[in-house]
Amino acid sequence: MNYYQPEMECASRENMRALQSERLVKTVKHVYENVAYYRKLMDEKGVEPGDIKSIDDLNKLPFLTKSDLRDAYPYGLLALPLADAVRIQSTSGTTGRRVVAFYTQHDIDIWDECCARAIVAAGGSKNDVVHVSYGYGLFTGGPGLNGGSHKVGSLTLPMSSGNTERQLQFMMDLDATILCCTPSYAAFLAENIIQQGLQDKISLKAGIFGAEAWSEEMRHDIENKLNIKAYDIYGLTEISGPGVSFECTEQTGMHVNEDHFIPEIIDPDTGDVLPDGTQGELVFTCISKEAFPLLRYRTRDLCVLTRDECSCGRTLVKMSRITGRTDDMLIIRGVNVFPSQIEAVLMNAGYPANYQIIVDRVNYTDTFEVQVEMTPEMFSDTVKEVEAMEGELLASMRAMLGISPKVTLVAPRSITRSEGKAVRVIDKRKI
Amino acid sequence: MTIEQLSIFVENYSGRLADVADVIGGAGINMHAMSIADTADFGILRAIVSDSRQAKEALSSAGYVVTVTPVVAAAIQDTPGGLAKVLRILADADISIEYIYAFITRRKGDAYVVFRVADNERAAAVFAENGIRTISARDIDEL
Repeated sequence: MNYYQPEMECASRENMRALQSERLVKTVKHVYENVAYYRKLMDEKGVEPGDIKSIDDLNKLPFLTKSDLRDAYPYGLLALPLADAVRIQSTSGTTGRRVVAFYTQHDIDIWDECCARAIVAAGGSKNDVVHVSYGYGLFTGGPGLNGGSHKVGSLTLPMSSGNTERQLQFMMDLDATILCCTPSYAAFLAENIIQQGLQDKISLKAGIFGAEAWSEEMRHDIENKLNIKAYDIYGLTEISGPGVSFECTEQTGMHVNEDHFIPEIIDPDTGDVLPDGTQGELVFTCISKEAFPLLRYRTRDLCVLTRDECSCGRTLVKMSRITGRTDDMLIIRGVNVFPSQIEAVLMNAGYPANYQIIVDRVNYTDTFEVQVEMTPEMFSDTVKEVEAMEGELLASMRAMLGISPKVTLVAPRSITRSEGKAVRVIDKRKI
Repeated sequence: MTIEQLSIFVENYSGRLADVADVIGGAGINMHAMSIADTADFGILRAIVSDSRQAKEALSSAGYVVTVTPVVAAAIQDTPGGLAKVLRILADADISIEYIYAFITRRKGDAYVVFRVADNERAAAVFAENGIRTISARDIDEL
């Protein structure tokens, strides 16, 4: 069994708790002293850094939510002078304002190490060729796995997404052994490989697939088509990126890198901490980061934590697949989409916010359509003008969301309304 | 001189056009001419009707998006080369056509052609200079 950092991944519970407590105390002090926004939340709750003596005191701390990130945008939660940060990554906010996370070199090293643990758990070593087809840029997928692969010492192919032919060419010519991308892109590549009869020319042995929901059925399908082992990976920009948790050979949940990120499961309504084995909202507290150490950040993701002994030898707590959300966020082709973002685009363009989002999954790829009700103001007698307006809406949505929906204009009052309230999202995906 | 044309947003699914025609017919309005521009998702129905204001009202209250667009219509000779002659005149005057459709009248020898151009006034003036009669709302009433 291979580990990247066995002293952490296989630490005794006692040692892990001691380390977590030490790091938590230090981080709370660091945040209290440097982040006015969080200091105020602590003061309001009547909590001082001195009250946090070990991880048993974690539940005394106030929560942070996505709306705090919006209110504190861009620098309000930065815990160091900007001069000490070396990178940002970004993800969708609930409306026009995106979430920006800051990293020092130390923070990037931690993140890379977390991804390195995932690659090693998937069987990776310096002798492997890691093909990264996650997007690079503001999205954390590409940079995260790229950094992890460097730490492991594997040859890294920074492919980014798109251009299927080139993906397959490099995969074959450079004998890629580990593929990192979203599960739907993996399924798409697998389809192409089979259609072109290239199975014998592919050397893949494992895949690390995350950033969107997938099922056991989809895992088996990808594994059979590519003749690989497929592993799940989880993360979020607010906490660092992919590698917050990762799957091992047992494939029964993802080990949380809890020496860096303490997970809790809470009741989304009351905020009370729930015992292991109970489904609830996942909350993370960063205990080793410098620039952007969020404390008790509510992910809105629903899952279960378990501490059963794992055959891989890791003692890190395991989280289940994400079974749902406590808000209306959609993950489409790995990108976070909030209906409120669509609404913001329509309002900015001067249209009434009569829309419906229709998401489906066809051949393992998400389809994303936004239906907008036609209004007399938008309408013209020429196709050219109507299409120009459709095109402008599409461009604004692409700019806001980072992915392109299909924009369809529909007749007024044709969008389904139940009990007077419009149904904004129809998600037909069966995952 | 311009006449009024109805422009109606029609979603591209079967039966939709029949619904539109039902509303117009149900309001006791006669359609003299029509054309449809279609894309993959929607179409635009353009029609010259006996009473465009009333038709607009009926369609709007039935939930359709509809506008009344002023267009130029010219009476041309219903003979070979008749249309070519008029098109040449517009081309020579550097007037580009957005769309065009024609209908034959009950009056023998005449055809009406509807032109949608950027500048109606100029198109009408060019027709007048070349002795081509543009048709009026009254001509439509007499159809």
